[in-house]
Amino acid sequence: MSDDAVDPEDVRHVADLARVDLDDEEVDRFTDQFADILESFDRLDAVPEVDRDEELANVMRPDEVHDSLSQAEALRNAPESEEGHFKGPKVS
Amino acid sequence: MATDPADVVDVGDETADATDYNGYVTTTEIAGAEDGPLAGKTVAVKDNISTEGVRTTCGSAMLADYVPPYDATVVERLKDAGATITGKTNMDEFGMGSTTETSAFGPTDNPAAPGHVPGGSSGGSAAVVAAGDADLALGTDTGGSVRNPAAFCGVVGIKPTYGLVSRYGLVAYANSLEQIGPIAPTVEEAAELLEVVAGPDPNDATTEDATEHGADYDFAAAADGDVDGLSIGVPTELVEPADEEVTDSFWSAIDDLESQGASYHDVDLPSVEHAVEAYYVIAMSEASSNLARFDGVRYGYSSDSDGNWNEAFAETREEGFGEEVKRRVVLGTYALSAGYHDKYYKQAQDARAWVKQDFDESLSDADVLAAPTMPVPPMEQGENLEDPMALYLADANTTPVNLADLPAISVPIEETSDGLPVGMQFVGPAFGEKTIIRAGSALA
Repeated sequence: MSDDAVDPEDVRHVADLARVDLDDEEVDRFTDQFADILESFDRLDAVPEVDRDEELANVMRPDEVHDSLSQAEALRNAPESEEGHFKGPKVS
Repeated sequence: MATDPADVVDVGDETADATDYNGYVTTTEIAGAEDGPLAGKTVAVKDNISTEGVRTTCGSAMLADYVPPYDATVVERLKDAGATITGKTNMDEFGMGSTTETSAFGPTDNPAAPGHVPGGSSGGSAAVVAAGDADLALGTDTGGSVRNPAAFCGVVGIKPTYGLVSRYGLVAYANSLEQIGPIAPTVEEAAELLEVVAGPDPNDATTEDATEHGADYDFAAAADGDVDGLSIGVPTELVEPADEEVTDSFWSAIDDLESQGASYHDVDLPSVEHAVEAYYVIAMSEASSNLARFDGVRYGYSSDSDGNWNEAFAETREEGFGEEVKRRVVLGTYALSAGYHDKYYKQAQDARAWVKQDFDESLSDADVLAAPTMPVPPMEQGENLEDPMALYLADANTTPVNLADLPAISVPIEETSDGLPVGMQFVGPAFGEKTIIRAGSALA
């Protein structure tokens, strides 16, 4: 069992942070499964520190106006829209 | 007599899957240019690759009705090359799975081994090629999702070097790991399809030009089967734990290559013992961030919630995502949360750098590395669904390659005594596609 084995409250808390509701059965299953999965993640403790020599370069382009989707195309998949805007649920 | 849907539906309309193994989420017919290297060829496209005007579901209820307003770069290139696109193939939801059983559109059967999983996550793409319902297919490989189904369905799959193929228009799961790759009956045909889709793209800043790495794009010409003098490194860590029949088949293939003039030696890759957990920490972390876009406001499923923004968001995601997706989003959020970031995510990045270093060293005195693609033959349908960790461990041989950004090919080798397909994987140096294509073409 991992030192960091989670309890159902932890699963609910993290699911809340991730904005995913879970039903009680999912919380129970995830609590059990996370014990195994986090135990395997704990094995990363044995990994030595390694020099990372990433050869990364920024990719730049001129800041110019290009053709893009029309407003109608961009809104076409929205469940709800109003006057050219996405319509979402109330904020509070 | 029953009415044939083809008589009542215009060609070009989306129709239900016509295969008896559930290979497609959507069948369609998108005609390409009249001339080109793929003229006369049919190509199936995994359903996480955007097709303008044809729904792209990612195997998820969240996107069941999502119709992209633009084509992915690889789809544009298929059309320009004259290919006819036959449909969008079934897949594990958002690419999260190794069996194509997590799709909201039901599992895909394995045409090469009915009753068994086709592998995943690009199971539909491998299945339609294995069944002969498409000449070629595109899949995506984040931790093995092209090579695994290719191995399980007895066809060829290539995971390109990171940056060889544009990801523009691919619905992201784990950006730093994934590449679009070809699936085909033979190595030469897979190489032909790779030639069409490879190359830099201004719309994907992570693409690179192979010619700046001393390589070129004449992939099909490399499928000449000439392995005389080829030096093959065999990582014992990826062979010994495999199923006995799989290793028997692997060593027969090595014997075959030796008889054609290749030689092999053992190599050590101690870092790969940590590849699966490093892969899952990184992939789940990236997924938790990428999938935050599914909020039920801009596109996709939306719940009928009366709650506020956060409540509606959480309800939409509860109803729209399947269980494996929720599991990975929640675990990824956990791995990135305060107090755990250094413990999990940073350590996983160290493991990734270690894996890269190990592969680079091994490939400094071998042309390619070889191992079984999958440590086991195709599982029976439903066998592992309740035990996610057991399924994750089946990715032991494929995930290290994604962590190392390297190219790899899976080719079919001798089947098990029960007639189940087995695949052999060759891994090459960055932009060494021609080397792995040449090695694979000696076998398939």
